[in-house]
Amino acid sequence: MLYAILCYDSEDEVGAWTKEQDDAAIAKLDVVKQKLRKQGRLGPTVRLLPTTAAITVRKGKEPIVIDGPFAETKEQLLGFYIVDCASLEQAIETAVELGRASSSLGAYEIRPIRAFHPSSIAT
Amino acid sequence: MNEVASIDATLLGARPYAIGALLRHFGELGTAEEAFQEACLRALQTWPSKGPPRDPAAWLIFVGKNAALDRLRRSKKEETLPGDDALSDLDDAEARMAAQLDNGHYRDDILRLLFICCHPDLPGTQQIALALRIVSGLSLEQIARAFLVGEAAMEQRITRAKRRVAAADVPFEPPDAAARAARLSVVATAIYLLFNEGYSATGGTAHVREPLCDEAIRLSRLLLRLFPGDPEIMGLTALLLFQHSRTPARLDADGAIVLLEDQDRRLWKREFITEGLALLDKATRHRQPGPFQVQAAIAAMHSRAARSEDTDWNVIDALYATLERLQPSPVVTLNRAVAVSKVRGAEAALAMIEPLGPQLAGYFYFFGLKGALLLQLGRDAEARTAFDRAIALANTPAEAAHIRMQLDRLAKR
Repeated sequence: MLYAILCYDSEDEVGAWTKEQDDAAIAKLDVVKQKLRKQGRLGPTVRLLPTTAAITVRKGKEPIVIDGPFAETKEQLLGFYIVDCASLEQAIETAVELGRASSSLGAYEIRPIRAFHPSSIAT
Repeated sequence: MNEVASIDATLLGARPYAIGALLRHFGELGTAEEAFQEACLRALQTWPSKGPPRDPAAWLIFVGKNAALDRLRRSKKEETLPGDDALSDLDDAEARMAAQLDNGHYRDDILRLLFICCHPDLPGTQQIALALRIVSGLSLEQIARAFLVGEAAMEQRITRAKRRVAAADVPFEPPDAAARAARLSVVATAIYLLFNEGYSATGGTAHVREPLCDEAIRLSRLLLRLFPGDPEIMGLTALLLFQHSRTPARLDADGAIVLLEDQDRRLWKREFITEGLALLDKATRHRQPGPFQVQAAIAAMHSRAARSEDTDWNVIDALYATLERLQPSPVVTLNRAVAVSKVRGAEAALAMIEPLGPQLAGYFYFFGLKGALLLQLGRDAEARTAFDRAIALANTPAEAAHIRMQLDRLAKR
């Protein structure tokens, strides 16, 4: 069974870290990641840019593009795709296309990736 | 990270929200600040044993409000204060507070707080100092060091600024759309000033002043979280990120200035550039160009070029032309002349800056560029005169040294 572990945190707090504190926080996590990698259990890991860089595409007949993160608590994060796109426009197009194929309401939040580390899981 | 550092970061992150709300409640900056201090002290006493609350800002507002009211009551000797047990049962109150303080509320509270600190009645340096002290929570010592003045002088400056904004009488009802936009623009400009104070190195070491740039970016991101659909705030944030991405490459090991075209681009901070480009993409979709967006677009042209010779100066020239229309100023034209010199040659650029002479007679960069253009045209004697003037106007030893290097080159040919 593969599990996605999604990280939720306060941007105000993480944003108040100094460079040194941020590096230290990442280094501590890297120890755990290294252990998982050796066990061949680590999939791709991702650090997103801040929510200020986010765009949300509301699904629907006429999809609506909104600046900012998707933050409505009544809908929960159910999964995520990692897609290579040439531009923001293409990313929005892709989300709209997924939205057309989707059977539910809701939204896709587009978050540019800050750091991407591919998998060590044998598939 | 140890526990105290982690609590510090939490307090710092919650600070603008809490002081903003306390300011609305008490209507006065001094009381709001004291109330927040009190709440921080209580946080440092109780959080290590009980763990930090789920919503730190709401906790700090609640505790700060009560502490300030206690103090007022105590000073009136009307009532004895409730003990610390009032703190033990905070969870319900916290949830209520959080519900009341939705994002819209915080948005206007923080904007009001920033606007009061950056009030147009204050001179620019006082705006920045006050915002750093109150919104960012930097210590007097840190601010004094960044501005290269003594602590006593800085304290005086901040006290004077506080007195002045207390008299400015900013209304406390939620602003209408026009007033909100006006406040946002004042605050954005102050954040830009703060960044430049750290970036343009009007003295001191880069080491001391870099925190000002970091703080400006943090405030700019905060503003963008509160106003996620404002393309100019996206532009401002992107601009600061692009500029700051180059910090590691701007000075060499001896502290000498390295010009943009000579910088080792591998030293540029990639994650800042990525974030800046993402924000600029978002801003562009709005099709409402503004000065910050255009400046960010210009900075992005440099960030996108892998080598300096890959820079598309034609686009930069066109962007500066747009900026001249949006925000005409001799400094903008001077900057455009650099692009013009690359596209149409030094002669055209020189013709462009000549008329600026009277307005920029005291401006280091004017004479630095003029000298460099004359040098390219082989007009050595005139170049020397311009460089001499530039040295006299240099803001830092590094700037003077940079011009002296060009003079040496002149002497050798």
